[in-house]
Amino acid sequence: MFSHLPLLSILIWLPVVGAVLALMTGGDKNAKFSRSIAVIISVINLLLCIPLYLNFDTSSYAMQFQENALWIRVYKIHYAVGVDGISLAMIILTNFTGLLVILAGCQAIKVRIAQYMATFLTMQGMMIGVFAATDAILFYVFWEGMLIPMYLSIGMWGSSNRSYASIKFFLYTFLGSILMLIALLYLYNLTGTFEIQKFYGLSNLSLHIQELLFFAFFLAFAVKVPMWPVHTWLPDAHTEAPSGGSVVLAALMLKLGIYGFLRFSMPIVPLACQQLAWFMITLSLIAIVYIGLVAIVQTDMKKLIAYSSIAHMGFATLGCFMIYDIYKHSIAVQDAYMSLEGAVIQMIAHAFGSGAMFLGVGMLADRFFNHSRLIKDYGGIATTMPIFAAFFMLFAMSNIGLPGTAGFVGEFMVIMSAFQAHFWVALIAATTLILAASYTLWMYKRVFFGPVANEYVAEFEDITWLEKTNYILLAVGVFFLGLYPKPVLDVLHVTVGHILALSLPGVAAI
Amino acid sequence: MDNYLLSIALTIMLLPLAGSVVAGLLGKQIGRAATHCVTILLVGISFLLSCYVFKKIVLEGYPTVQGVVYQWVSSGTFKFDVGLLVDRLSATLIFIVTFVSLMVHIYTIGYMADDPGYQRFFSYVSLFTFAMLTLVLANNFLLLFFGWEGVGLVSYLLIGFWFNRESAVFGSLKAFLVNRVGDVAFVLAIAAIVMIFGQLDYHYVFTHVNLVLDKTIKIFPTVTPPAISVVCVLLFIGAMAKSAQVPLHVWLPESMEGPTPISALIHAATMVTAGIYMVARMSPLFEYSTATLSFILVIGSITCFFMGILAVFHHDIKRVIAYSTLSQLGYMTVALGASAYDAAIFHLVTHAFFKALLFLAAGSVIIALHHEQDMRKMGGLARVMPITYLTFVIGALALAAIPPFAGFYSKDAIIEAVHLSTIPGAKFAYACVLAGAFITPLYIFRALFLTFHGDMRLDAETKKHVHESRWVVLIPLIALAVPSIFAGGMLVGPMLFMKPRLLGDSIFVLPAHDVLSQLAVHFHGAKNMALEAGQSLPLWLAFMGIVVAWIFNLYKPSLAEKLKKQFALLYSIMVQKYGFDDFNQLVFVHGTRRLGTFFYKISDLILIDGIFVNGSGRLIQWFARVSRHLQSGYIYHYALVMIGGLLIFLGWLLLGS
Repeated sequence: MFSHLPLLSILIWLPVVGAVLALMTGGDKNAKFSRSIAVIISVINLLLCIPLYLNFDTSSYAMQFQENALWIRVYKIHYAVGVDGISLAMIILTNFTGLLVILAGCQAIKVRIAQYMATFLTMQGMMIGVFAATDAILFYVFWEGMLIPMYLSIGMWGSSNRSYASIKFFLYTFLGSILMLIALLYLYNLTGTFEIQKFYGLSNLSLHIQELLFFAFFLAFAVKVPMWPVHTWLPDAHTEAPSGGSVVLAALMLKLGIYGFLRFSMPIVPLACQQLAWFMITLSLIAIVYIGLVAIVQTDMKKLIAYSSIAHMGFATLGCFMIYDIYKHSIAVQDAYMSLEGAVIQMIAHAFGSGAMFLGVGMLADRFFNHSRLIKDYGGIATTMPIFAAFFMLFAMSNIGLPGTAGFVGEFMVIMSAFQAHFWVALIAATTLILAASYTLWMYKRVFFGPVANEYVAEFEDITWLEKTNYILLAVGVFFLGLYPKPVLDVLHVTVGHILALSLPGVAAI
Repeated sequence: MDNYLLSIALTIMLLPLAGSVVAGLLGKQIGRAATHCVTILLVGISFLLSCYVFKKIVLEGYPTVQGVVYQWVSSGTFKFDVGLLVDRLSATLIFIVTFVSLMVHIYTIGYMADDPGYQRFFSYVSLFTFAMLTLVLANNFLLLFFGWEGVGLVSYLLIGFWFNRESAVFGSLKAFLVNRVGDVAFVLAIAAIVMIFGQLDYHYVFTHVNLVLDKTIKIFPTVTPPAISVVCVLLFIGAMAKSAQVPLHVWLPESMEGPTPISALIHAATMVTAGIYMVARMSPLFEYSTATLSFILVIGSITCFFMGILAVFHHDIKRVIAYSTLSQLGYMTVALGASAYDAAIFHLVTHAFFKALLFLAAGSVIIALHHEQDMRKMGGLARVMPITYLTFVIGALALAAIPPFAGFYSKDAIIEAVHLSTIPGAKFAYACVLAGAFITPLYIFRALFLTFHGDMRLDAETKKHVHESRWVVLIPLIALAVPSIFAGGMLVGPMLFMKPRLLGDSIFVLPAHDVLSQLAVHFHGAKNMALEAGQSLPLWLAFMGIVVAWIFNLYKPSLAEKLKKQFALLYSIMVQKYGFDDFNQLVFVHGTRRLGTFFYKISDLILIDGIFVNGSGRLIQWFARVSRHLQSGYIYHYALVMIGGLLIFLGWLLLGS
């Protein structure tokens, strides 16, 4: 019954319309209205994902639910959207996270509520747009458009050092993407179109040109992932952002970087990717080990989780760029699937784990009189908030990749694949088992265990029904993905195969 | 799932999980009594079903069954399933696990009676049972790893059960992290198996070992060891962490911070033996890597002897038993190294009974004394706690390998098997296990004498109230005492020496390594084995141990003090536990933190942020500040610049032409 509707456009623009409606309620006077509008819109959006998923044909790598309208005739720019397996998964994830953030905001945000709802709804719409766009310029517009609400959310609801953090965030990511625009324009000159699919498999790109394009894309995406050494904006942005902003950052925005690698770098400049895979693998391993070590010594909970996010994203980039070595090693495309699929699964799993942990830190900070996020201010939370402590333990376990939780699947698949090609890469990557456990559980120990730290903590009340709803949703996600990842993989499979076919030179399309 | 035995196995696995969920989510609502009734009932049913499976598979010789429950991941060529395997080995193990778990569940009613975390504790113990059963029943490496990590998690939660205590929380974190070191190796082992075999299914892997013997794995350009050896060494490192072998043993003594029932269940009877089970399960792989077997022999014998000694120097009754567990795990490991896998599992079984018994009996003492664990403050309890005393004695005799108690048969078999083994390192191992035969009775009888004999050293208040424990505590003690006496004699024939052995084809041994078959020639029934023990060295060593313990602790305690002064250096090494903890603290804990701080402060904050990020910001500011002067707004400044420019331009034109 939904097949005749422009589902993707509805998904993108409904939240934006909702944002306008929320703003029209007139600020904090009618907070209730703006809250309900936001919740209703995000629930509708999430429900609309059901027909999207059900009508999706998993046996085809072609873009589905396509919509196409000419936008700017002179430059042949189209409003063109469509989804394949990976973007479908990411869009569902975006809507899921969107609902969580709105729900969290309903309780945590006390001032400028309508504006908050509007900001996050807009962000959600833009983000879906990024994942759905099949036209390069449309992609770029959404890509940059998304920065504005995020910048505002840090600048308006952030904590003490927010202006530094928001400017740093904006400049870092904006400067990164300028070069991407140049690369896109170059490709337009070459092909006469902005349709991303037409950029794939260009035969007249020399290795040198490919490498230049690679670095242009690299800067944009590596900043977003973020990869070492362009990662320092993230801990600052996270610490200053409101917890909803942190959740969106961790759960979605970081994934855009990986998504970019998958959508642009790997299929468009396959030779350069193959040539520079060692460079990407090195950076990924640095992210896993170096950032893991840095995370251990953090004193601010949000910074710790932010660093942990970088380390986890290292697995995603590792999974993406190991495929060349695996292929070289076994000459069977089939063997490379697990690496790339592991990377995508890692993206989704990390959204649940880190999203939940950022929400949790937000819940703690909301209860503390000066909104402290410092580990040393807490202790004995398990005594005062037992239900919260139990939930947080689950998400901590997902963060350290315990089998049965979401966090395990991607790491496992990437390590399994990496070993096929290189013993040492797998070994270094596997040290995350120790590092992640160290920083996560050490933090857990200091915050949750031990005697109650002070009189403020002693008065904490356990989580409210709203917070519990959020956590139950996330827990379901964590267990579902951990215990039965197959349905998600089935959605990804053909699309991943297509990317592999485009990336591994000399392979016929599957 | 075409076979009903598989459905039963799945039920056995899931019932404790159901119990755990009920206790965890609804515990507060349904109350204490309902919580323990539900969990005990479900584990009880699990136990009865396990008995049924044991009877079918082991006693009636029903063939091995296995099957897939569902597909977990399918990616490219790789397919990973969640599947179960019920064979003689897993049927035996689930019987032991559910039995000990049931006993511990019942015991907990008494031990945790006053604890506010009553329901939570039941939830954890049932969850543990589920995870352990998963580990045992898995039919592939992946599900094995699920169970492996599951038991690790619950162990972590239970060691830190009293999370307000700093030492308990520290111990739990330490246990988790040390186990993670092993997990790194384990994950890599799984990856290596995926690489070599393309599958993780036991059956497939074990039947294809022959085909991959010439495969190698490139570690360094010039170092390419056989793939099988790499897999086996990595697997064993995983086992070393879980089964607490030197140098990854450091977490087990610390785990004693947890409540005593779980020390019995997790840190004696089941979880710590998971590594032993795993190696025995993988015998078709380990048999093809003699180098790994040697490594196992050496590690096992070091653990067996050197950890045993430490038990003599501790005053905390639980820590004494914990070190004893290390030493006994060393025995099992040595048996694995000598290819006597059946003997290792045999010792695992008898040890599960008598060590759980010792822990629970110690726990009975501990609650009677209101959580006093220091043996220097005990003594003379035999009179007031006769049943606890009696069961402790049975456990001690079994541990000390005195015939005809259970431990005698399993330990004697191991010692003899090592004696016959030709695997490199067997001579060293033989010396260690013999020395262990002396040390074991020494420490456990020291504990027995200090706790139950001599003067009562309790404080006056406790002395008045001390009494025998409740029946819920005593029933499990008695139920465990019975197999601690009889299980050895009953099982020794079927498990080790009769053909086919009780574990049958679950265990694979190369003919050249088959020491148990050589031993079987001399075996003439359990009774004769006990009678002939008098002619062998280990028994006399054991008696010596008991006598020495008696001299130092009851007959002439002053001698101990004298020796302590004489060998002060040696004594301090022992008290420092050979310095493993200090070394780890200094190198790994502080080292990691220093490195992290260095990266964070120097590289992230100063180099990247300070110089590059903020630096480029400052550069732009500086540039703006400087170039601002060019636009002063005064017309004569601009005129001057224009004139200057014109002059330069003119000069260039003139000179150029």
